[in-house]
Formats: sequence, C-alpha cells, structure tokens
Amino acid sequence: MKRIALLSIVAWGLSGTAWGQFGESETGTVTGNVQMLWQSYSEDPAIGAIVPPEKTGFNAFGNLIYNQGGFSAGLRYESYLSAVLGFPGRFKGSGVGYRFARYADNAGKVDFTVGNFYEQFGSGIVLRAYEERALGIDNALDGVRLILRPVDGIEVKALYGRQRLDFDSRLINGPGTVRAIDGTVDLNYLLAEQGGTDWKTKVTLGASFVSKFQAGGTISKDSLLLTLPENVGAWSYRLDALRGGWSAGIEYAGKINDPNADNGYIYRNGEALLLNLGYTQRGLGISLSAKTVDNMSFRSDRDVLLFDLPINYIPAITQQHTYNLAATLYPYATVISGESSASAEIFYTIPKGTKLGGKYGTKISANFAAANDLDTTNLAGVEGLVNGYERNSWGFGPTKFVRDFNVQVSRKESKKFKWKYTYYNFQFNTLATPVTTTYKGIVYADIHVLETQIKTRKRESLRTEFQALFTEQDKGDWATVVAEYTWSPHWFASIIDQYNFGNPDESARVHYLYAAVGRIDGPHRLSIGYGKRREGIFCIGGVCRAVPASNGFEVNFSSSF
Amino acid sequence: MKHPFTMNRFQSFLLLTCLFALGLGISFSQSLPAVQLKNLEGETISTGDLASEGQPTLICFWATWCSPCKRELNNYAELYEDWQDETGVNIVAVSIDDQRSIRRVAPYVNSVLWDYDVLLDPNKDFARAMQVVNVPHTFLVNGGGEIVWQHNNYADGDEEEVYEELLKLVE
Repeated sequence: MKRIALLSIVAWGLSGTAWGQFGESETGTVTGNVQMLWQSYSEDPAIGAIVPPEKTGFNAFGNLIYNQGGFSAGLRYESYLSAVLGFPGRFKGSGVGYRFARYADNAGKVDFTVGNFYEQFGSGIVLRAYEERALGIDNALDGVRLILRPVDGIEVKALYGRQRLDFDSRLINGPGTVRAIDGTVDLNYLLAEQGGTDWKTKVTLGASFVSKFQAGGTISKDSLLLTLPENVGAWSYRLDALRGGWSAGIEYAGKINDPNADNGYIYRNGEALLLNLGYTQRGLGISLSAKTVDNMSFRSDRDVLLFDLPINYIPAITQQHTYNLAATLYPYATVISGESSASAEIFYTIPKGTKLGGKYGTKISANFAAANDLDTTNLAGVEGLVNGYERNSWGFGPTKFVRDFNVQVSRKESKKFKWKYTYYNFQFNTLATPVTTTYKGIVYADIHVLETQIKTRKRESLRTEFQALFTEQDKGDWATVVAEYTWSPHWFASIIDQYNFGNPDESARVHYLYAAVGRIDGPHRLSIGYGKRREGIFCIGGVCRAVPASNGFEVNFSSSF
Repeated sequence: MKHPFTMNRFQSFLLLTCLFALGLGISFSQSLPAVQLKNLEGETISTGDLASEGQPTLICFWATWCSPCKRELNNYAELYEDWQDETGVNIVAVSIDDQRSIRRVAPYVNSVLWDYDVLLDPNKDFARAMQVVNVPHTFLVNGGGEIVWQHNNYADGDEEEVYEELLKLVE
C-alpha cells in the first residue's frame, strides 16, 4: 500500500511537471552523489587481521534526488558485495534502501513526506532518526510525515512509520511501529505583532510525544509471569532561551514501563533531565552541561541491542576527539541503562598583538567531562524482579564511568608556520564502556599531541602530528606519527604509523603503518591507501563503532553533482 | 517476505521519472534547496534565501569535531574582510554538529572570532539536500542562487582557488 501511495505522489509530481502546477518558471533539477569503498584483506596474525571468504569488501551508495519547486523525490541505491569489515555484516546484496517523495509549499506552511525520512525532535532524547553512513548506522523511518507551520512561530510535526533495521537487497524494517507528534513554539515569532522579534530575549518551547507499538506476550521471571506492554509512550518538554551572549536550555523526558534487553526487562519508568548553560562574547566562549539519563533506552524492538532500531538518541557527555590516539583507543559511549554526567568547556583567544597572543592571537581551550552511574538503591524480592531499583537523586552514583580532561593551545607563528599542542588526561572505566578485552577496570592515561604545519611553497604544505599515550594499564604505551603533504587544490599524500611500544606483551609491540594518496577535483574525491589498521573504535560525529583489525588495500571514491 | 515485483516496478518507475523529467528539459545544475535552519541568534533561516540579495555566497559545511573544516574556516577568517571588500561575498558556515556537540558551536565560533553567518543543521537535512557526503564540503553560489563551484576537502592553499573563483563572479 505504502509503495502505491509513493507511486501516486511521484505520478502527481510528474503531472505537476507536465501541467506547470508548480509555476511555469520552475525547472526541475536532478542532484545526486555516489560513494564507493573497496577493501582487500590479507592475513596478519600479529595484529589479528581477519580475511573474510570473499577476500574483499565493497560498499557503494548512489543517491538521486529530483527537485521541482516544492516537490522532491529520491532514492538511495546501496550495494554490499560483501560489506566491508566494521559494517554490520548482515547487510548484503544490492537494491534500494531509501526512497521518498516530498512536497513542501513555498511558504513552508505545509510539508509532507511519504516513504523514508530522517527526523529529530528537540535534542533527540525521545526521537531521532538519522544516518551515519560511514558507520553503517541508519534508523530511517519509513512511513508518512506531516509538518505544519500554520502561523509564524508554531511548528507541528506528526509521523507514523517503521524503522530501518537491515538490508538484504532491499530495505528491511523492524517489527515495531513508531507514532509521534512534536510541537515547537517560537515565542518571538508568535508574538511578532507585540514586538516579539525585537525582544532581546529569544524563547523557544517544545513538547513531544512518541509511542511505539510492538506485539506483546509474556516473560517469566522466577515464579512470576509478566505481561509485556505493547504500547510504550515517551514524552519530553523543553525550553531554550537566548539573551545577549547567554544561552540556557532545559529538557525533561519520561517514558512509561518498557521492559527490554537493555534494562534487563524491568518495568521501571524511564526519566531524563538535560541542562545547558552557555556564555559567549568575542574571543571567549563557555559551555556547561549536566545530564541524568535513567532507563531511557527506547527501541522499536524491545529485544535488540547496540545500534539496532533506536528511536531516541543519547549522546556521550565527552568531547568527540579527533587525534588518532585520543579518538580511537578509549572513546566513551553513553551507558544506555543510565548515567549521571556533567561537562564544562572554555574557549579563549588571547588577542593578537599582545605578548602572549603573538602576531595572530593564540587560541586556548579546555574541556572537562565526567560521568558516573546513577545514585540508586537496588530493590529486593518481587519488587526487585519487576522494577529493579529506585533512584535516590539526580546526582552521581559511586561508580566512575569516565573522566576526560583536555587542554589545547594553538598558535600561528608566521605565514609559514603554525603549531597546536593538546594534552589529555583520561580515567576510563572499561567495564562501563567495553572497548578492550585485555583490561577490566579503570585505565588512567595521559596523552600528548603536537601538531605542526609548515607552508613549504605556495599552495603546498606539510602537516605532522606527534602523539604519545602513556598508561600503566591495558595495552600500555602508544605513539602515533602522522605526516601529510598537500598540493592544493588537487593532491594529498599521507602516512600514519601507530606503534604500541609499551605493550607488556613484547610480541604485541607492532607498528600499524598505513599510507594513502588522493586526488580531489571539485566534488570528486578519490583516495587509495595501503597498510594495517588496528582493531579499534571508529567514531564520526556522536557515534562510534568497533572495527576489526585489517591489512590490505582500500580505495575510496565519492562524488556529487 | 520479499516483494520483488513491486520493488522492481518501483525502481523502474523512478528511472522513468528521471527520463521523463529529462525529456521535459530539466537541468542537472544544482540550486539552493529550501530547508529551515536556526542560526546562532535563534532566528529561523530558509536556506533557499541565502543568496537572495544577489551577492556571491560561500556555503561551508563543517563540524566542531572536524579539524580540516576548522582550518579552512580559520584561514578564510583572515582573508574575509578583503574578500568582502573586493567581491561582496558572504560566508555561511553550516555546522552539522549533532546533539553531542551542538552546544559547543556558539562558544567556539565566537572565541575564534569568525564573522560568518552560522547555521545549525543537527540532523543533516540541509547537508543531505546539498548531497554532502562528508565534511568539509564547500559550495560557491552566485547571486542568482546557482552553485557554480564546489570542493569536497580542504588543504591549506585552497583559499587561493576560492579567491580566483570569487573574482570570476564579479568580473
């Protein structure tokens, strides 16, 4: 039925094309992009590199969007022949994994989509459908969405759909149905006639309600036979305010009983509180946040884990690091069953022309983030079997999950030379975030990174990174050296060596050497690499995925038009 | 449960759609799609209006966790006044930071003294509409709202190419 509806919309769009329904002046356009990733695998017992039976992996994506006036329709063709290592291995075959048709009127008052779509309500704490293609993460909704903006300052979104779970030559959705509505009120626009748009304070209010349906049944716990809830609702309220350099945000979310694989099938309600405060002026920025998330795992299938079918999004409190050793060895991920966390960050530029600022100004930033378990008391007996625990406060519990402190100084010394130094101090609980199998407990690590950049000639530059990680725990000390040479605007060559020089097991003190060259031509990008990749965690944006060790060639191509 | 028949029919239908559209004289050039985004002042901006004042516009997709993106925008910042004087260009920096890092955008942008219009695209609606695969991805849009140049990468020195392209627009 859905497909017939989609066809009708496409046909209607086309009829619009023919009859000029969207205005004579609007010509249609087609845009698209392609992405291909090919890897070959060789055996390498020293690093535990795996060779799949196919010996190679190949992922490809092609997106095509047709636009005319307010109408658009598009699809994504995907190939996993077979999926490259690190992607969900069950993705296979070629076919259409995403397709949609959408109409939005010129004034933006009416906007509807049939087919697949991505969406986020507020911070995403009760609903976020999104994609991180490089990680194989995609929980797109498949159904119908309507967005209405009846008057300035009011936006209502309503949707029905199922979520993408898998791909086997076609899109495979999960078993649960997601039904959701969200309203946002932008007070300044709503009260424009009263001068709201000129107010110094900007206020936005929002509320969401999301419900999932999944056929139920019963579960048994000891002597208890419990009925699984088929309809599970979650809601949130949010307020954001801006005034001058100040910003503040608060969001509260709740969820009714939702026994699932993440929470050990307990019937306790979920709850979350998110607070943010920021201040900024020219040359200075400060950001504070605190977050307690209790039993808010929300999926459209109660029995799945990890990256499958999340309805909401609970990002980690820590900063997303970019340097190799800081980013890939001990990246923190939110403990989905519950955690209390806080962070503080400051950015400052020492003005240019001062002694410390130098000729161009010196940029400094510092960031601290901490997360612990929840402050809870376990319940006993039948109450414990059914509800698990009770929370005593919104504050920190006794178990440390992570401490992440980092400070960075960067400075341009001349037109030809700049440098950046970063220091990190981590305390990382590998029981809470199981990123390693060789150590269980808290890893204490210090990381130093010096990055330099030298402009060697007009349009050519050499960038280097010298990184060292020191720890008594887990795999011991590491060093990474990166050198990258660029010939703007078309060519680059880079080499990276990651060396586990302090591993207590001397046979494991291996070099992971990887080299790549690439060419960029406007929107087209080709790179070819060869070497060893460590088993580790690969992160983009706010999400991370474990990637197995590999040794071999990699060819990447992307293009858009 | 497989539905090979309907799926194939769907695929061929979309192919037909494109061919039919081609027959009607559609173009493959990109123009600016209209997506409603918030800027750092809390105002709602329609991306379709970004070049509406007839000036050249440089749209740079970036994120606080993307080092080359920050190098690009920091390097442009040193040249921006001169570029504006000579070409009237307006730079729009579109952050794709999601909820994990979106609160870092305003403090970072102000601390490093960028004078760009900064838009927030936390669920990548605009990035997707612009066919952005990864960041940094930079588009140059002429006064008529057409994308005339783009580059999916940043290396020091790329600003010289941007400048040459900008000069072509005002010649």
